[in-house]
Amino acid sequence: MANYQNIFTQVQVRGPFHKGPPMEPGGSPWKRTGRPRFITLLGRFGDAQIGPFYLGFLGLASIMCGFTAFEIIGLNMWASVGWSPIQFVRQLPWLALEPPSPACRLHIPCPLNDGAWWQLAGFFLTASLFLWWLRTYRRARALKMGTHVAWAFAAAIWLYIVLGFIRPVLIGSWSEAVPFGIFPHLDWVSAFSLRYGNLFYNPFHALSIAFLYGSVLLFAMHAATILAVSRYGGEREIEQITDRGTAVERAALFWRWTMGFNATMESIHRWAWWFAVLCPLVGGIGILLTGTVVDNWYLWAVKHGYAPGYPAIDPPVIDPATIPGAGQ
Amino acid sequence: MNGKTLIRLGILLGLGVLVASCDIDRPPTETIQRGFRGDAQVQVINPRTYAAAFAEQSIPDAAPPADPDGPRAKDIFENVQVLGDLSSTQMVRVMVSMASWVTGGEGCSYCHVIENPALDVKYPKVVARRMLQMVRYINSHWTDHVGQTGVTCFTCHRGNPVPKNLWFANPSSTPSATFTGWHQQQNSTLPSVVQPGHLLPSAAMGSLPVDPFSMYLQGDENIRVQATDALPTKGLGASIQQTEWTYSLMTIMSKSLGVNCTYCHNTQSLQSWKESSPQRATAWYGIRMVRKLNNVYEASIDSVLPANRHGPMGDNPKIYCATCHNGVFKPLYGYPMAKDFPELKGDNANLEDYLTWKAPMPPPADYLKAQAEEQAQAAQVAQAVPAVAPAQ
Repeated sequence: MANYQNIFTQVQVRGPFHKGPPMEPGGSPWKRTGRPRFITLLGRFGDAQIGPFYLGFLGLASIMCGFTAFEIIGLNMWASVGWSPIQFVRQLPWLALEPPSPACRLHIPCPLNDGAWWQLAGFFLTASLFLWWLRTYRRARALKMGTHVAWAFAAAIWLYIVLGFIRPVLIGSWSEAVPFGIFPHLDWVSAFSLRYGNLFYNPFHALSIAFLYGSVLLFAMHAATILAVSRYGGEREIEQITDRGTAVERAALFWRWTMGFNATMESIHRWAWWFAVLCPLVGGIGILLTGTVVDNWYLWAVKHGYAPGYPAIDPPVIDPATIPGAGQ
Repeated sequence: MNGKTLIRLGILLGLGVLVASCDIDRPPTETIQRGFRGDAQVQVINPRTYAAAFAEQSIPDAAPPADPDGPRAKDIFENVQVLGDLSSTQMVRVMVSMASWVTGGEGCSYCHVIENPALDVKYPKVVARRMLQMVRYINSHWTDHVGQTGVTCFTCHRGNPVPKNLWFANPSSTPSATFTGWHQQQNSTLPSVVQPGHLLPSAAMGSLPVDPFSMYLQGDENIRVQATDALPTKGLGASIQQTEWTYSLMTIMSKSLGVNCTYCHNTQSLQSWKESSPQRATAWYGIRMVRKLNNVYEASIDSVLPANRHGPMGDNPKIYCATCHNGVFKPLYGYPMAKDFPELKGDNANLEDYLTWKAPMPPPADYLKAQAEEQAQAAQVAQAVPAVAPAQ
């Protein structure tokens, strides 16, 4: 006998296939494709039904642009190890498609072996993201939904655009942008903080981290609360916004008792949405200000009295470069 | 054991492997406070690495001191170009010590033709002469870096003819000639070439530039990249690329000395000298010293060295921090070995004498004749008795 468990989903409800609303007559010439079917494994994580799909013009264009960027990046990585398949696999985490050298400044295009491939990949990846964004917006409208998903996605795209386009343009050099690559982009992060005087003192970086960790905390609190009251129908969150039942009463009481304050079935989702959206939004502002408005965040923080100065332990050290004739 | 337990065990095992494969020191490690309390400016010491490094730092006993009085070496021996100002007993003492420091156990014959030690026909002798000039130059002119501790041949050589840690030009340093695959001399697990056969893992397991040596320890490119003003100044500052080169150099320095960034810097503001430890100034002089040594001494032995001592790009071996430090914050843990060797101290006055290349004595005619005869004889023997049957 199947029993309901609220940590790992074990019950899969199987009804007739859900076909979705009928296509509007005279609307898109693109049709939904693929026969729907159930996949048990998928049902363990979410809905067991897969298909039919609606790719549409925007979806197809986005995938084609994304694939082009993916190919440019991958083939350049492969070329950098002399087209050796073994080295490509072995060194993959270290490989990259690098932005142009500082010498190329803001030119378009840079030489092919010095950044033009990065520019091309960046163009196609950006196009792909924009097309996919439009798709999320259009599909939400087609379903008469709100466009909250599209705007949350836009927040992430904003950070991407700041890193790869807006900030390099403001600084005046493509070389400021992030390379495509696993470890290389992490090295870029370290170098960025080293160059601009310690990003920890960038208040927008701090805010972004607060929203990131805050999102995780809210997600855990909300998910735990709903799972804990699902035995009383608590997972029917949307209905309970207006029709508060015992699940909501208990959940609210729990937080009021433990924390002194509780969100509501509606407000918790606004909390989560704003925390998630603000994370890349303020992060992008922090990146945008770095090097354009502030050149050394630590010194900026000292100037504005928000970084502490610690007492010196060693006798004062003099920069030898300021001593004439030193190191000759 | 059912399926679920197996899956859980597998996940645990996978996590274990993941943690173990990270480039981190497993606990327990010790920390030494190096800054104001609470600001995490600490030196992390791994007692296991420390013990292993300590075992490698065994120092040979110094030979009994030699009488500085008596006839000068240049008056007693032939062709003494650098150590001629020593007494002959002092000079012999240095020679005997060097036999144990740098010949890999071969002794005098590694450099000298035993029948006539004055000859300059073996290349290691010519190199050793240049290196003796260098040691005296370091001990007399670079006390800002070596202090009163000083260096001897053993500091780098540790008994080996070639020091363990050296660097060579890297084949990947040249940009790609084709239209793809530009990786800015980084993004590679390719190690920096430290010695043919001895390779240094790429800096910090990251994708940093693989050869920061040529730019900073041979060339004198600017290492400082962090802004020194809160607000942007006119013009472009250091690029992210430059910063990665500096980062790579710093990582190599850190590995060479077995120390954290916080050994020299306060990481809240790496550029600030006010907040740096005195060791940063010592390191600053060290970088200048290495540059000078690479350009004056290491470059000058290039023409003398045989091909097998050159790197993959045909360049001469060059030094960096680890050549002397060998993974320890002070070479030989700061043991002042040079104090037992006043012969290597040098005199501050005659700088030109240290820098000027002493040309090897051309082989005398009778030596060349004897060599030619020996070769001819060997050829005759080889002709008379073929070593292998000629291939059909």
